[in-house]
Amino acid sequence: MLEVKDLGVALTMGGQSVPVLSGVSFVLDRGHSVGLVGESGSGKSMTALAIMGLLPPGARVSGRIVLDGRDLLALPEREMCAVRGRRIGMVFQEPMTALNPLQPIGAQVAEPLRVHFSVTRGQANARAKRLLERVGLGKISPHRYPHQLSGGQRQRVVIAAALACEPDFLVADEPTTALDVTVQAQILALLAELAAETGMGLLLITHDLGVVSQTVADVLVMYAGRVVERGPTAGVFGAMAHPYTHALFAARPSESGGRPVAIAGQVPDPLYRPPGCAFAPRCARVRDVCATMPPLIGVGAHACACFNPRIAA
Amino acid sequence: MLGYLLRRLTILLATLLAASLVVFVVLQALPGDPAALILGTGAREDTLAALRHQLGLDAPLWWRYATWIGGLSVGDLGTSFTYHVPVAELVRQRVLVSLPLAAFAIALSTLIAIPVGVAAAARRGGAVDTGVMGVAQIGVALPNFWLGLLLILLFAIRLPWLPASGFPGWDAGAWAGFRALILPAVALALPQAAILARVTRAAVIDTLGEDFVRTARAKGLTRRAALWRHAVPNALIPVVTLIGLQFSFLLAGTVIIENVFTLPGLGRLVFQAIAQRDLIVVQDLVVLLAGSVIIVNFIVDLVAAWIDPRLRRVGA
Repeated sequence: MLEVKDLGVALTMGGQSVPVLSGVSFVLDRGHSVGLVGESGSGKSMTALAIMGLLPPGARVSGRIVLDGRDLLALPEREMCAVRGRRIGMVFQEPMTALNPLQPIGAQVAEPLRVHFSVTRGQANARAKRLLERVGLGKISPHRYPHQLSGGQRQRVVIAAALACEPDFLVADEPTTALDVTVQAQILALLAELAAETGMGLLLITHDLGVVSQTVADVLVMYAGRVVERGPTAGVFGAMAHPYTHALFAARPSESGGRPVAIAGQVPDPLYRPPGCAFAPRCARVRDVCATMPPLIGVGAHACACFNPRIAA
Repeated sequence: MLGYLLRRLTILLATLLAASLVVFVVLQALPGDPAALILGTGAREDTLAALRHQLGLDAPLWWRYATWIGGLSVGDLGTSFTYHVPVAELVRQRVLVSLPLAAFAIALSTLIAIPVGVAAAARRGGAVDTGVMGVAQIGVALPNFWLGLLLILLFAIRLPWLPASGFPGWDAGAWAGFRALILPAVALALPQAAILARVTRAAVIDTLGEDFVRTARAKGLTRRAALWRHAVPNALIPVVTLIGLQFSFLLAGTVIIENVFTLPGLGRLVFQAIAQRDLIVVQDLVVLLAGSVIIVNFIVDLVAAWIDPRLRRVGA
């Protein structure tokens, strides 16, 4: 079980400590899936990097990230290296740059095996070949280089490498954002399939609500470093309450041909966040009380952090 | 690959031909009498005519060029006017000093600069980085002749470990020859190493920020393993390019150090040939040095393609 408790991250910017993430909590079980949704700058990727222990130097973390009873934030670096790639795998947003251009893809898939297990080069390569077949690259030689592959193929290589050691959890940070729409669907289907097959827990990070609704069981909507709405995916999308979730939904291109509505304004700079609800300056339903921080409270089957939620009748 | 090599060879020959033409035109065809240049303004007309005949200057230009190139292509570089020996023999002796010296200096510089540059990049902003880059800054600013004199004072006079100057020749034994090259090689290598370390540091800092280094860390590689297996190999192209440039320079651009250590190297030969207006020697050396620069660049390209598969594409 991977449990994130009251996670907070502060980065040092221009000499001062700026909180970019606070009060993020969720539980991810094996065989389960959680989605983090939000615009750029909402703290989704920071959450992923905090779990992997790969935050930029100078970042301060608070809270707890508990993997099977051990707090990862308290682990020495050496033991954290044994967690990365072995217990928790990660897939990144940019398949074009996530692979080393100088190494053949087979070697890059085999690398985690050689790091975490005492296997021979031959054993690792044989397993890498099977992994490449499993992610749909059976026809591509492991001796090819990343530049000889398309974006979707490269993302499959990254996925194969992340799954090489059969981790219990997979963190996928915007795994389809950089890909063509048709390829996006294939990669998502592959991730869901692999998660079901291996029983690993999937943490899917995206700005795309459509992706979330198809793939994960639970969803957390994030804004400006905080969770604003959370719950079972069907419950959240069936009865969304937070004005930000409504706005995000309206900003989505829909199949019915409805025109997407942009959210006015921008995510506030972490240096100049308003004291209360960070969405207040962009919110049509803002009230005086919004100058204080709204707590996450139950709205039907899920939870929402808003003093004036918009609940469909 | 074979096609690529053939194409590169053709380019090499064409460049050499162009270089030879330029140097020939500048030295021989432009207004001005080489014989008068050699003998000076006070020379008598009959002496000048005799010298012109001896140098072959009374033949037509195209003939002079053709015989020179024809000779070059079979290894006959002509005869030096000042040394009265075949230029080929002159060059051979000098190359036997300059080539080992340059190779020694570049090996030393590389062995120092790459670990130091990588270490500084890995601990960017830390005490090691600040210290190393401070020393490198001084190293870049040090004139190498001063460094050479300092080394002579320290390791030849104060501590009589190494010869202060001169070159006994390889006939005196490999060790004796090598000993004579140690101090000049160090004097040449240190300032080069300072530049190379700075370039290495900057290149590694760049690649450390790349996504694939983060991917490597997410696979469970330690910081150190991600640095050496992923960041450093990707930083090598600019480093190898600079090593090539430095090597080309060290082959003949070391006249000052050769004078400090009284070494009979190519740099002094070039300098003396120019000072004494030994035209044929200057002509030959310019073409040979152009050739060596092209060959070094070619080797650099091969090494770069060996490092980076993206450079192996045909037509690249």
